[in-house]
Amino acid sequence: MAQAIAFYFIAACILGFAVLVVTTRDTVHSVLFLVLDFLFVAALYVLLGAQFLAAIQVLVYAGGIVVLYLFVVMLVNLKRPPEAHEDPHRRTKLGFGLAAAVLLELGAIAVYGFVNPAAPVPATAAIPVSGNTEQVGWLLYTSYLIPFEVASMLLLVAMIGAIVLAKREL
Amino acid sequence: MITPVHYMLLSAALFIIGVVGVLVRKNIIIIFMSIELILNAVNINLVAFSAQLQNVVGQVFAVFVIAVAAAEAAVGLGIILAFYRNKETINIDEMNLMRS
Repeated sequence: MAQAIAFYFIAACILGFAVLVVTTRDTVHSVLFLVLDFLFVAALYVLLGAQFLAAIQVLVYAGGIVVLYLFVVMLVNLKRPPEAHEDPHRRTKLGFGLAAAVLLELGAIAVYGFVNPAAPVPATAAIPVSGNTEQVGWLLYTSYLIPFEVASMLLLVAMIGAIVLAKREL
Repeated sequence: MITPVHYMLLSAALFIIGVVGVLVRKNIIIIFMSIELILNAVNINLVAFSAQLQNVVGQVFAVFVIAVAAAEAAVGLGIILAFYRNKETINIDEMNLMRS
């Protein structure tokens, strides 16, 4: 019962702040609502028993990525708001229509999954450690070692790319 | 009782909000934030199934998604800065340099 109350509260906060992120005029307010949204997603991870991922969510998203967004909002000194410019070719209604099409598609997938439930997946090899963080770390350094290294290379390349792109002249 | 269906519905709703943001807004920073919302929706699904199936692999994949999101944010914001320096705008309707 307590879990249900917590889920509905967190879900309402996530969706409400997500709507505010998308609809707010002021970009800085939008970024701050994004922080709150990420924090509630982290709370949802705790509810699901993924404590390590909740910590990563707070550290990387709410701590790192959002600071990056705030810096860019600060550096991009807007003299006129982007929404002021009216493009006659812009079709906002078409955008809403396409989003509704995605919603219908997701609904169709959900109904299909409800009608034909998937077969139960076989249990994977037992992990010889207990505790959420230990299990994630074990998998990262055994079965998923190569993807882990590729991800670190991706981050290095992205870091160099961001420096090259943001530099005034090379 | 909270089933994985509840988490999938929450994830789908968050995904749709992100899609609406990408398709409707003109401020490219807000479009990037909508993409982060979409990636968060994917992560919620992964973690929900990880909890349902008692299998930690879903959380490992969510860690990879977060790493890719961080890389995407860094490169994307670098592109926004470079574009703003040249054109003094972050409105995607004015980003038509490649249009013939």
